[in-house]
Amino acid sequence: MSQLLEVSGVSVTFDGFKAINNLSFSIGDAELRAIIGPNGAGKTTFMDIVTGKTRPDEGSVLWGEMSQSLLKMNESQIARAGVGRKFQRPTVFEDQTVYANLAMALKKSRSPWSVLASRPSEADRVRIEELAAEIGLADALRRKSGELSHGQKQWLEIGMLLAQEPRLLLVDEPAAGMTLAEREHTTDLLKEAAKTRAVVVVEHDMEFVRRLDCRVTVLHEGSVLAEGSLDHVTKNQDVIDVYLGR
Amino acid sequence: MTRSFLARNPSVLIFIACLALFTLAVTLMSEAGGSGAISTSFVKTLGKTLCLCLVALAMDLVWGYTGILSLGHMAFFGLGGYMIGMWLMYARTETIVTASMSNAAIPPTDQEIVDAIGTQIFGVVGGSEFPPVWAFADSLWMQLALVVLVPGLLALVFGWLAFRSRVTGVYLSILTQAMTLALALYLFQNDSGLRGNNGLSGLQNIPGLTGMPQSVLSLWFFWASAFALGAGYLLCAWVVSGKFGSVIRGIRDDEARVRFLGYSVEGYKLFVFTLTAVIAGIAGALYYPQAGIINPAEIAPIASIYLAVWVAIGGRGRLYGAVIGAAFVSLLSTWFTGGQVPSVPLGFYTVDWVDWWQVLLGLSFVLVTLFAPQGIGGLFDLVTGRRPPDRHGADLGPDKGSFREREAEQ
Repeated sequence: MSQLLEVSGVSVTFDGFKAINNLSFSIGDAELRAIIGPNGAGKTTFMDIVTGKTRPDEGSVLWGEMSQSLLKMNESQIARAGVGRKFQRPTVFEDQTVYANLAMALKKSRSPWSVLASRPSEADRVRIEELAAEIGLADALRRKSGELSHGQKQWLEIGMLLAQEPRLLLVDEPAAGMTLAEREHTTDLLKEAAKTRAVVVVEHDMEFVRRLDCRVTVLHEGSVLAEGSLDHVTKNQDVIDVYLGR
Repeated sequence: MTRSFLARNPSVLIFIACLALFTLAVTLMSEAGGSGAISTSFVKTLGKTLCLCLVALAMDLVWGYTGILSLGHMAFFGLGGYMIGMWLMYARTETIVTASMSNAAIPPTDQEIVDAIGTQIFGVVGGSEFPPVWAFADSLWMQLALVVLVPGLLALVFGWLAFRSRVTGVYLSILTQAMTLALALYLFQNDSGLRGNNGLSGLQNIPGLTGMPQSVLSLWFFWASAFALGAGYLLCAWVVSGKFGSVIRGIRDDEARVRFLGYSVEGYKLFVFTLTAVIAGIAGALYYPQAGIINPAEIAPIASIYLAVWVAIGGRGRLYGAVIGAAFVSLLSTWFTGGQVPSVPLGFYTVDWVDWWQVLLGLSFVLVTLFAPQGIGGLFDLVTGRRPPDRHGADLGPDKGSFREREAEQ
């Protein structure tokens, strides 16, 4: 089966510390995957590599049917190729309205000239209202996003990712700081998104991962320790030793 | 969302109306157009102030909206002035030289005229040859094109190098200071081809309009400056109003996030940097014929720092703030440094405002930055009730039951 993203043999060293050590990982279209692992296992560094923020010392990152190398592209090119990323802390443009945030993320031409010439269209408005309804912010479109609660900001960011229509979504700890009800809504959003695209969720919280009900990859010291269903990996003795047993 | 541009930005209409009223009032009170209550030199000062407002608009676009603290935009302003100054000087010297040589027994050849102009212009720096940079000085249209092209190209090349290497923040500010300093030092040299520290002078005399009194010329330039400011304001308001404005404010607040949305941050910065350099060049081309003289001291690093001070005092991130700041501070500066303000005798020391004005300016800059970061423009928020929530970065409570700020209920 052809894979959407194939990371193979990637290593990164920061000041002598091997953050990622010969890591291989792949994910296909319309797949939901959770990545778990203790602090410092290289989860965030892995995302940095895929999105172009960090350059690996060795290895390859191939993307799509054409097997393009993502290592030759910069962050914005990778984003335009179809990789969307949600950060651990909600990062929305607090000074701007929810509507403006979503409008900026909508999948359209990104060049300065065409953005300058672009005028708001009816189709955009409808799409933005749909998205807002999906993330539960339909009533907040005119509010500044800085006024939203923490959970709402997280959703807005997920909404912005969906607006980008990426083929691969990288989500870093989406449930951090959320209430129980908010968590459930988030799980639904991610599961829904994974029906049409690949979604990778990095998460600490085992309960949240269990609710996602998907394949799990366990990272430890920069490489893959185990992979499979949550029940499968939690029975793995190595995983129990380094992560669950503590 | 489909309302017209002006309906969405009522402040633009208010601004244009105020500018038109001001222009009308000055015209009616000028020596050429009416009662003569305002002297010609003060009309020139007001015209120059409008040009400074235009360059402050450019600064607000690049700093207040895009977050690039450029401390070199007065270099583009000065370059615009030099470009128009070259034609003004050349053409005027040409008429004088032609007039004086026409009395000679043998009519002068074209080459003789050009040589005579060269001697007139460059005699002061001990030369008579035209340097290559004066190649188009005889053509008004070429020099007008260069007003736009030279600052634009310099900004494009400088910006491309700086933004591509991801130089940001204070490092970029230092780099732009270095650029304007290097340009000033280069122009100070006699062999730079632009008359060294003498600069270009006599720019207030417009070739072909020698019979026209300065009172009329000053009014024409005042109108041109007002028109340029109005057009510049419309352009800037249009640029920042739509999605483009959203993106550049996003770059100001969180550059990395914009990048991960797929926007080429470098491209946008370069676009804004170059556009504002062009606006600054046009402002300079209108300013220096009113000032009458341009020399390299005009593009010293301090000039660009003043520009940032005006915008900060006026209020960053709102266009009318920049205009108010530039007009207010530069007119106040003219008043204080003009020696018309009575000194304050303290007995043991006399406060002479010509010397103490800069201390006052520096102090007010610090106070505005500390206590009123919205600047003078922030006063309008008190009227319209557009107060930002003062939550010190904390999130709102998640539910209706928990503590919420009042603005969440609106």
